[in-house]
Amino acid sequence: MDKHISAPLSREEAKSLRAGDYVYITGKIYTARDAAHKRMQEALDRGEKLPLEVDGNIIYYMGPSPAREERPIGSAGPTTASRMDKYAPKLLDMGLIGMIGKGKRTKEVLDAVVRNGAVYFAAVGGAGALLSQRIKSARVIAYEDLGTEAIRELEVEDFPVIVVADSAGNNLYETAVKQYQKES
Amino acid sequence: MIRTISVDKITENIKEMCIEANHFLSPDMDTVMKEAVDKEESPLGRQILTQLQENLKIAGDDMIPICQDTGMAVIFMEIGQDVHLEGGCLEDAVNEGVRQGYTEGFLRKSVVKDPLIRENTKDNTPAVIHYEMVPGDKVKITVAPKGFGSENMSRVFMLKPAEGIEGVKNAVLTAVRDAGPNACPPMVVGVGIGGTFEKCAILAKKALTRDAGSHSSVPYVKEMEEELLEKINGLGIGPGGLGGRVTALAVNINTYPTHIAGLPVAVNICCHVNRHRTRTI
Repeated sequence: MDKHISAPLSREEAKSLRAGDYVYITGKIYTARDAAHKRMQEALDRGEKLPLEVDGNIIYYMGPSPAREERPIGSAGPTTASRMDKYAPKLLDMGLIGMIGKGKRTKEVLDAVVRNGAVYFAAVGGAGALLSQRIKSARVIAYEDLGTEAIRELEVEDFPVIVVADSAGNNLYETAVKQYQKES
Repeated sequence: MIRTISVDKITENIKEMCIEANHFLSPDMDTVMKEAVDKEESPLGRQILTQLQENLKIAGDDMIPICQDTGMAVIFMEIGQDVHLEGGCLEDAVNEGVRQGYTEGFLRKSVVKDPLIRENTKDNTPAVIHYEMVPGDKVKITVAPKGFGSENMSRVFMLKPAEGIEGVKNAVLTAVRDAGPNACPPMVVGVGIGGTFEKCAILAKKALTRDAGSHSSVPYVKEMEEELLEKINGLGIGPGGLGGRVTALAVNINTYPTHIAGLPVAVNICCHVNRHRTRTI
């Protein structure tokens, strides 16, 4: 079903989301992909604070193309989430409430989603131009030297995502595919 | 007769093609994407395909790249043997075209200088260039920016000759099944069969640049393309990997002679943003 949520997200609301829900997010979310995750992990290993508050927030696995004049951001679709699997369980245990990406996750990540009452959303891969228009502002808040891989705070409005993995342990990638599989 | 072509002309064309390819799908891809909306049975799948139609419109109207992963620039150069290139080094001219296209076109710079040290080159160079010498006095350039969500799901299988055509079909289905949602379906599947380890991979890459909806001129290969497309669309993966009938838009297969002891198969997967632009100078 269609739902509208705001970000940051409450734990209760995250827990109420179910695999298959079509969700529109309005509020603040943060981008981070490969290089930013590696740096965050290194910061944690050194006992340092992270450049963003993960508790209650949503991380969008995305590295945009450059913005043209007078636009907040360029093309801005999701990247493959599995490359962040190594880092995600730790962040979820620290309170990260949602992840937006595309593609399968490891059991460790899915377990951490259930354990923490979090949620994994998919945005439509390859819809970067459309998703770009739902981003109202973008600001680099850390690791500027990483260019497209820097951590950005995004203000989004009705940003469309689909719940893939929920806190009850459902995984849409598995259930939906079975429904359309032909016996061979 | 030797025909002289300035390498500046090559730079200019490559620059334009990088920008075009990242904002406008080629007509063949546009057609199969439109057809997919009607073919899809899953309501969510149809919703995603409709969203992708809207995405393509926004990309062209507002000049926002179709996908933020504007790819590593793969360039096929077919150079007529009666052509003399003047004005500088060809490889530098090709990379200069990529540099200008990615910088002036607001495209993402996704190339790192060293695979392990991973420092961004900041202009998306170098390109991956495949040269071929052909008869004639023309230069045919194909620019195919390749995104890595799908590139990462591509595979090479060194099959045994005894595994035959069934082995090849299984290899393709295995690669597509494993790729699942990661490769941004609906995908285009490029397959190279034969040659050597590296040759089959290049065949598969080049197969992706052949028009979606076209078929091999070899009858058994054409049949295999049709059969595999149907089988892939029976896997249930669907648009976005969220279930449905349209998992692939096309299966393009290229073959080449091979060794008595081998049956190399490469499966190069591309997402629905299968970008390719060709010009002949």
